[in-house]
Amino acid sequence: MTLSRRQFIKWASASAAFSAATFPGLVSFGKGASPHVVVIGGGYAGATAAKYIKLWGSHIDVTLVESDPEFISCPLSNLVLGGSKSIRELTVGYEGLARHQAQVVHDEARSIDVRKRTVQLAHGGNLSYDRVIVAPGVHFMYERIPGLNSPDAQKRVLHAWNAGAQTVALRKQLEAMPDGGVYALCIPESPYRCPPGPYERACQVAYYFKTHKPRSKVLVLDANEDVQSEKELFTAAWAERYSGIVEYRPNSVLVDVDVGTLTAKLEFENVKAAVLNVVPPQRAGIIAQSAGLITTNNRWCDVDFLTYESTVHKNIHVLGDAILAAPAMPKSGHMANQQAKVCAAAVVALLSDQPINERPMMNNACYSFISDREAAHLVSVHEYDPKKKTMLVVAGSSGRSAAASVLEGNYGWGWAQNIWADMLA
Amino acid sequence: MNSNLLRRAATVMFAAICATRPAVAAADSNYPRDLASGCANCHGTNGKSVGIVPPLAGLDRDYIVLQMQDFKRGRRPSTVMHQIAKGYSDEQIELMAEYFAAQK
Repeated sequence: MTLSRRQFIKWASASAAFSAATFPGLVSFGKGASPHVVVIGGGYAGATAAKYIKLWGSHIDVTLVESDPEFISCPLSNLVLGGSKSIRELTVGYEGLARHQAQVVHDEARSIDVRKRTVQLAHGGNLSYDRVIVAPGVHFMYERIPGLNSPDAQKRVLHAWNAGAQTVALRKQLEAMPDGGVYALCIPESPYRCPPGPYERACQVAYYFKTHKPRSKVLVLDANEDVQSEKELFTAAWAERYSGIVEYRPNSVLVDVDVGTLTAKLEFENVKAAVLNVVPPQRAGIIAQSAGLITTNNRWCDVDFLTYESTVHKNIHVLGDAILAAPAMPKSGHMANQQAKVCAAAVVALLSDQPINERPMMNNACYSFISDREAAHLVSVHEYDPKKKTMLVVAGSSGRSAAASVLEGNYGWGWAQNIWADMLA
Repeated sequence: MNSNLLRRAATVMFAAICATRPAVAAADSNYPRDLASGCANCHGTNGKSVGIVPPLAGLDRDYIVLQMQDFKRGRRPSTVMHQIAKGYSDEQIELMAEYFAAQK
């Protein structure tokens, strides 16, 4: 069944899956000839793209397809594990997008028909598009960890690398763990979503143990040969503030997991834990694979950095953690938001017969919390290099904090308030 | 000075003013908007901050330029801006400052 947009909206407004609040922009569909952009995924990349296409191209109809009822931020979610934030404080509704006349459809995009230019939804027929933006985040490659390749095993050994129910469940496991237990965190090989994230997590769990279960240990089992981001910051925190709590073991490649005994089977040893937290290896989200957008190492999607259009398929753009990143471009929420604005500007220009920005600029900022209130940052500014056709860090623009501080913790929270509003308000 | 000379002088001056603009800006009228959108993550959409990070919307153009130059040259202490400011050219800073000054 392929529906025209008008039929789709008629059908959608009758469907229980749609909240009436998401459709104040209904009249805009009456204009008929407006171009239509479908955005798949309502995270840092997708939600920003949907909002900015409406801000900059009000004549374009935008439909955002997202299965989750609310946005829950991965950045700052380690603070839920540490106990200083609740998951509600990291949750933002999608209703703000309606004020910009972007339609939000709570469904799952199953596939993309490149020839017919339609997106197939799990529950609600097809959406036709002029351009589609694919922002699916990452898929966890459980096929690499046989013992975790079942839904039951995945409920017992959590990743908590998508914030939400998994984050809350992992916090409960930590709370239920007796003092004196070992929490083991397995980090996959790079690239993975949020380079400093695992090391921040080690700090947050150590913070909880130090304040509530001082005889417990945090064991960091890193598949990489060294700390992948903010090494000085994290190693100093583990050596000083969390001395005797955190142990870091590089080159610890996870081969399998025994779920019954909560044992991480590494290449050269087995490690038993009271709470085992495995962040699996990652690749671009499922829809990117089913749409044939993955180009590099069977994992990531190559894009044109002027438009974020796929190098495989015309009229399909890919954003966020799913892309093959440019040099020194982290898979971060901040970067996903920045990519989305470059993409939104290009999509509006392309659908309005206007020239695209040939020299896009972007920046990145990552705040890592080493305790309940103290954070440190990593920043960089990136510009498009027309000769190399990629984004490069502007010389002298990258920097970090000399040390973590409460002031930067406050700015980290201020960052969150503004970036969430920039996506969703 | 006759009127012909005056006209020629004015043309030269006008050309000189134009030459201070980066070529990209002339080709793409949305360039200042696109540049400024990079600041929104911390300073809010169009510089309208909802958190503790200072807003930029409606600030005086010259004030913004001065602050950015001071960050760039290490004359104003900061947590991140002394690093980020080094990523933007003087022309880019002026274009962003004009954009934010025009936001009400």
